[in-house]
Amino acid sequence: MTKHPRDGVLTAYVVGEPELAPETVWAVEAHLETCGACRQELTEITALRAPEVPALLDRVWSTVDKMAVEAAAPKSLRLVRLLRQWAPPAQRPWLVMSALVAVAAFVIDLLAKSTHSVSLVLLLAPVTPLFGISAAWSWSVDPMGELTASSPRAGLELVLRRTVAVLVVIIPLVALTGGVDGVSIALCLVPCLAFTVGALAVGTVLGVQRAATLLGAAWVAVSVVPALIQSDLPAQLSRASLPWWGVAAVLAAAIVLVRGRRFAQV
Amino acid sequence: MVRAVHSAELAPTTYGWHINATELRVRAGRRMAVDGLDLRLGQGVHGLLGPNGAGKTTLIRALATVLRPAGGELNLLGQRVGGRLDLRSLRRQIGYLPQDFGYYKQFTVREFVEYMGWLKEMNPREVPDAVQRAIDRVGLRERANSRMKQLSGGMLRRAGIAQAIVNSPDLLLLDEPTVGLDPAQRLEFRTLLRDLGQQACVLVSTHLVEDVAAACSNVVLMDEGKLVFQGTPADVAARGGQQDVGDNPIERGYTALLTQHRAGVHQ
Repeated sequence: MTKHPRDGVLTAYVVGEPELAPETVWAVEAHLETCGACRQELTEITALRAPEVPALLDRVWSTVDKMAVEAAAPKSLRLVRLLRQWAPPAQRPWLVMSALVAVAAFVIDLLAKSTHSVSLVLLLAPVTPLFGISAAWSWSVDPMGELTASSPRAGLELVLRRTVAVLVVIIPLVALTGGVDGVSIALCLVPCLAFTVGALAVGTVLGVQRAATLLGAAWVAVSVVPALIQSDLPAQLSRASLPWWGVAAVLAAAIVLVRGRRFAQV
Repeated sequence: MVRAVHSAELAPTTYGWHINATELRVRAGRRMAVDGLDLRLGQGVHGLLGPNGAGKTTLIRALATVLRPAGGELNLLGQRVGGRLDLRSLRRQIGYLPQDFGYYKQFTVREFVEYMGWLKEMNPREVPDAVQRAIDRVGLRERANSRMKQLSGGMLRRAGIAQAIVNSPDLLLLDEPTVGLDPAQRLEFRTLLRDLGQQACVLVSTHLVEDVAAACSNVVLMDEGKLVFQGTPADVAARGGQQDVGDNPIERGYTALLTQHRAGVHQ
């Protein structure tokens, strides 16, 4: 820390004494940044010797305050508050991305119906919700992650709320696009649910974002890419596999219930 | 450790100690940032001082139950942290302002504090009044309907303090709360701190010893994850000699205590 200015230097600084050397002004300013006592003294000297400065500051602040009050944001509606409690603002872009994947898959299916025998809607249904899910409990995505984690609501209940918010949007969308596409709606939805709950189950160990990324990448590598190359649906998306998807979803749900306490802390 | 008087002994409440840590160890990444800390604090305002890397933020995060202790024992408000403890009920009684707190930019100050009230599971009927009270106490009444992204650094800090006190916590943890506040706001904040300390245990991590001298009844000094000293600001000031570095007695005492501790560690 620098030394306190000598007697009279602060007063000279306040009144803008022309004889005060520039290096002294610089040293005074550097000192003021770290010394609360001198800042306090400066405030007192300014009030005495240069009262126009605080008066000007007061005028500026009252103008700024007036403008801010005049430009006040409208009070939030009850519905908006409710939406925030289910899907916080940080999660919404990711939820939109999930919805766009479903829509894009559907559009491609429509446009390439004559050349492709594989339904992209069906093929991508398991991983469609994962974008939204990855943002359900992620510090890197949510600026309020630290505050949320320290709150009583932090934990499984909050993760499930945010998961439900994703599913409420994605399930009807996948069911609708799958139905129009002419594929089995059950085959679209059950793997979709299994992957969602699976991401939460793995998320109790790795974190939800990492788990969603891992499961999504694995599905694309093991199922999506080979299916597109061979123009044939993988065995895991045949009707016979449906019960296994159900079993996987139930097992994953059991893991989430048992290990859900892990979501309550970093 | 250099032992002095516990100001916390002033008024033990129903909890005895609001914070009671024994041999507490907490990791920050791979580093053991808090390493064998013994600390007992009761009602009042306690200043947490220490150089960068001393473990102050890690300790506050552990006390906010964001980080899990890696060892030792931690009791908060009479409840042992760890095992099957219901963190939910404990967290309802804690207020926390992180060093770098995040917010949703599109929220207004009122919406931000209201949202935190919801996260803190406050009674929905009590939230509007509690939010208004918290906003008034930090002097943001005129800005309550301004968006967070329109606020200056000092105002953001005050909004952060408002969310921390909205639930009238028994344990209030503030990490660098005065950063960005101008001198007048800091004076008001010290008054608020003293007021809050009448009913709660308030732990304030800061680099500004003037804040500690003005508002705290007790000083906790940490270095390298351990407790170096605990006592009143006057106790700290009494440790400083004329030759020690610092502009005021507490700074000189702080430097002397750290030097003494480090010399002891190295011996």
